[in-house]
Amino acid sequence: MSAEAPLAYEGAGAVTAATPPPEVIEFRSAGKIFPDGTEAVRDVSFTLRRGEFLAVVGPSGCGKSTLLRMASGLGPETSGTVERHVENIGYVFQDATLLPFRSVQKNVELLAELDGLPRAERRALARDAIRLVGLEGFENHYPKALSGGMRMRASVARALTTKPPLFLLDEPFGALDEITRGALNEELMRLFVSKRFAAIFITHSISEAVFLSSRVLVMSPRPGRIVTEHDVPFPYPRPPELRFDPAFGKLSSEISQALRKGHE
Amino acid sequence: MSNDALSGMREGSLDPAINVPRAVRRAGTSRAKQFLWNLAPPLAFFGFFVGSVYVASYVILSPERQFLLPPPHEVVRNGLLDGKHLNEQLTALWDTTQVSLTGLAIAFVLGGLIAVAMSQAKWIERSFYPYAVIMQVTPILAIVPLIALWFGYDFSARVVVCVLISIFPIITNTLHGLLTVDGNLHDLFTLHHAGRPKRLLKLQLPHAIPDIFVGLRVSAGLSVIGAIVGEFFFRQGTPGLGRLLDLYRAYLQTDLLMSALLFSVGLGILSFWVIGLIGRQFTKNWYEETHG
Repeated sequence: MSAEAPLAYEGAGAVTAATPPPEVIEFRSAGKIFPDGTEAVRDVSFTLRRGEFLAVVGPSGCGKSTLLRMASGLGPETSGTVERHVENIGYVFQDATLLPFRSVQKNVELLAELDGLPRAERRALARDAIRLVGLEGFENHYPKALSGGMRMRASVARALTTKPPLFLLDEPFGALDEITRGALNEELMRLFVSKRFAAIFITHSISEAVFLSSRVLVMSPRPGRIVTEHDVPFPYPRPPELRFDPAFGKLSSEISQALRKGHE
Repeated sequence: MSNDALSGMREGSLDPAINVPRAVRRAGTSRAKQFLWNLAPPLAFFGFFVGSVYVASYVILSPERQFLLPPPHEVVRNGLLDGKHLNEQLTALWDTTQVSLTGLAIAFVLGGLIAVAMSQAKWIERSFYPYAVIMQVTPILAIVPLIALWFGYDFSARVVVCVLISIFPIITNTLHGLLTVDGNLHDLFTLHHAGRPKRLLKLQLPHAIPDIFVGLRVSAGLSVIGAIVGEFFFRQGTPGLGRLLDLYRAYLQTDLLMSALLFSVGLGILSFWVIGLIGRQFTKNWYEETHG
């Protein structure tokens, strides 16, 4: 995490109260109707700035993943607008989606390789990212030999190598057990605190959303709309014990009620 | 086994250093035991089979008709231990091996290229596929005379038969491998503006390697059959095993016929096995034991 490391973000830590951080992405009444007529997302508006961690919670099938695809440009909106002010996006899927025929090192190098960076540079980037996610010593292992949690770490490391100002995380830890998930949440937060990227984090775990994010959007069942928006006031870095804080519990139950309301 | 695989998926500890990767080999002795145990049933059946042949040869057939089913030791003595006959068969075996390997190599390259082309556009796939199927279902024997007319009667004509008979599994398996890449991975490549060549080289082709080897293994056996069928018909050039089989049949040398048959089967099994072995070398680090 030292400043001269290859993965040092430009502008990290430059976020001050005096100047509002730059906008990263803006949804304006954005909606998505699939060619078969299914309306997945309706009239979503929000602005995300550098240094913000936005969590989106909602019931299964409410269009959360569609929202993320809209944000990335992979599945463009069919109404309204989504304005991206950044090109470079770190996308992390629910599955680790590693290439089984590449070692951890080579998997983490993939994106830099696709972007055409020279070999020495992408090696250094990958080494730094692997260190940041705690996978040192596993560089030459193949994904097959890793546990689910370690694969996810490699997947996060891969996304880190391009130093994206915007992370899109689609239920990245949804398939992991509770303990691993907690540990990875803490590490993701550590990364967020040191790099101060912007993130949209999809989850259906309320406690995960509250623990990680600076703002929570609650979505309704399909077609997904934003029902409520909750600011999460706890300062970063947040200790793991925060999860047992009464204020944490109170906010979680508010969000839980909003979720239930959205169902009606 | 399935339990083992599942427990390997779980994270045992938060410290990655304690998470020992799962591929822990079993102790050597139990592996050897397992090997013998796997070998026992086919060996038992082999014994039963040889016994039945003896019974048929000595008990069921009258001595003057015994030539129809010679007892196994005569097959071994005349076909495998007799220098002249053995030499004749080994020469033929070498010839057949050359034909079938050449055919397999051509089918591999050609089939791979066709599959890559088909993977690039639906319309290419749609234009090629029906003919690939037609080629596969056409009885090879029916078109051998045509091949003879077009390509002559020696090496190249035999190779053509091998290619025709063995290309289909390579096309279909390679295509399957190229087209079954995880959509999220394609998205990742899209986000990084990867064009078709990059996608093909860095994603689709390596992903298809296990499938390519599945196809190659099937084709290896088929190619040997193609070579022998070809030789059966094309009576020019150096004689291969097919030609030899036909000769032995004509002279009612059933013992030699059987030993030549053993050589053809052996060649097929060997190709199948070697290809499988090479494939496993490629993929053993990538997947659980379901592939290769």
